[in-house]
Amino acid sequence: MKRTIPLFISAVTGFVLICTAFIPKFVDWGNDAMAWFNILAAFAFILGGGNLLKMQLQKISAQQPGWGYSAVTLIAFFITLIVGLLKVGVHPNINFPEYAWSGDYLAEGSTFWWLFEYIFYPLSATMFALLAFYISSAAFRAFRAKNTEATILLLIAVIVLLGRTYAGVWLTSWLPNEPILGNSGITYSDFHLSHLSEIIMDDFTTPGMRAITIGIALGVASTSLKVLLGVDRSYLGSDQEA
Amino acid sequence: MLEILQNLDRRWIFLMMFIAVSVPLIMGTTFPEEPSDQVMAVFHAVDDLPDGSNVVVALDYDPASEGELQPMASAFTRHCALKKHNLYFMTLWPQGIPMIQRSIDLLESEFPDTYKGKYGSKYVNLGFRAGNEGVIKLVVEDLKKSYSSDINGTDLENIPLTKNLKNIQQVDLLANVSAGYPGSKEWVLYGSAPFDIPTVVGCTGVQAPIMLPYIPQQLDGMLAAIKGAAEYEQAIINGYPELKDNPNAKEGLKRMGPQLVAHVLLISLIVLGNVIYFWERKQGMA
Repeated sequence: MKRTIPLFISAVTGFVLICTAFIPKFVDWGNDAMAWFNILAAFAFILGGGNLLKMQLQKISAQQPGWGYSAVTLIAFFITLIVGLLKVGVHPNINFPEYAWSGDYLAEGSTFWWLFEYIFYPLSATMFALLAFYISSAAFRAFRAKNTEATILLLIAVIVLLGRTYAGVWLTSWLPNEPILGNSGITYSDFHLSHLSEIIMDDFTTPGMRAITIGIALGVASTSLKVLLGVDRSYLGSDQEA
Repeated sequence: MLEILQNLDRRWIFLMMFIAVSVPLIMGTTFPEEPSDQVMAVFHAVDDLPDGSNVVVALDYDPASEGELQPMASAFTRHCALKKHNLYFMTLWPQGIPMIQRSIDLLESEFPDTYKGKYGSKYVNLGFRAGNEGVIKLVVEDLKKSYSSDINGTDLENIPLTKNLKNIQQVDLLANVSAGYPGSKEWVLYGSAPFDIPTVVGCTGVQAPIMLPYIPQQLDGMLAAIKGAAEYEQAIINGYPELKDNPNAKEGLKRMGPQLVAHVLLISLIVLGNVIYFWERKQGMA
């Protein structure tokens, strides 16, 4: 029963959504199913929060290495949650001047705004910006022309890196727009780095990505069918739990 | 010399990257940009619409990607404002709400005559909804099933811009700026492709190869990474020369300076690393 009901719900919802793509009469059913899905997605935040609480509390109670970070996570979680749930706004609100912090909770100066602008925003941007430093270190230590494939990859990387900046224009703009060999149609200017970069993206990357995308789509279709027909039940968890 | 480089502390490399990025940024070095065909396709998608058209601006990114994507979002917003388009802002990312606010601030500060105090009649902020592609599927079929109210809790039936809007198939253009999932790919798969909604996107450099296969059939045009943003800004300045003296209209162009120096540094490091590698091989060390 624990497995049959989820399997039934998945199969019915999945087939209804497939039908909406082909039968106009089913469109409203599909929209209803999507509205339920969106409501469930909102509830997933509660499950996510609960899971975060459970994991961090376990780490703290077991005094695992780094448990202090878990404590910081929980403090940050609860402060943000309380500020968000109570909608602590800016002070004062024109309509309710006697109530403190009753103004717009998303407006500049509110607690939520302050948390976002001065804590989340700089931390988030800093973490991403650090990538530039690690990439430069990796470029020096790991990007080696060890074999033919690696050498080709390296050359393409150099062309794209230069072609995507003004350096590409500056280095190759002197190449004239004249044919190389009679009427072959190939000109010296075809070897401008910016042009070569475009050729790599349009003539090599795009067809490659198209092939991969179509392959993935076929894989998704077959996996989805296996899930809907109940052949693949891995999403329900292990057999022991059933 | 090569022995020293062989054991180079990575903190020296970090310092070089820091200088490579910060010096051009402080000096405000910019370089001329030539808008590519793909960027001009985006420009024309916005510019060729009649003044006052309806445009959905979906901003699906967070502060981590703001450095790369905010210039695009600002450029889209500014270009739409120059055309006096009606704007519908929304996001599928919970962190996207403040990103929308940046674009709204731009509208009200740079185009007060058209947009200041015109919330509801010239622009509306629908805010965030959970559900990823589920939200997209609903808004393209039945907007009010997913968004019954705007970000302030006002019923969409009481907002002039949304009162008669059944779904976003009725808008003239969908402009999406995204940093990943859910984002540009999902908007194309569930929005623009099945319902032929004219769509342009701006995305990060790593997303660009994923989006390329959809151009030009399912996607009218794409701005890829900060280079795309800079070219788009140049295209807007070329079309509207009054923006030439607006420093805010050149955010992407300003960021191409650090990008150039950082790219040259990366290439130098790759070359240097390989020189060391071949030297080690010759010495029988590698």
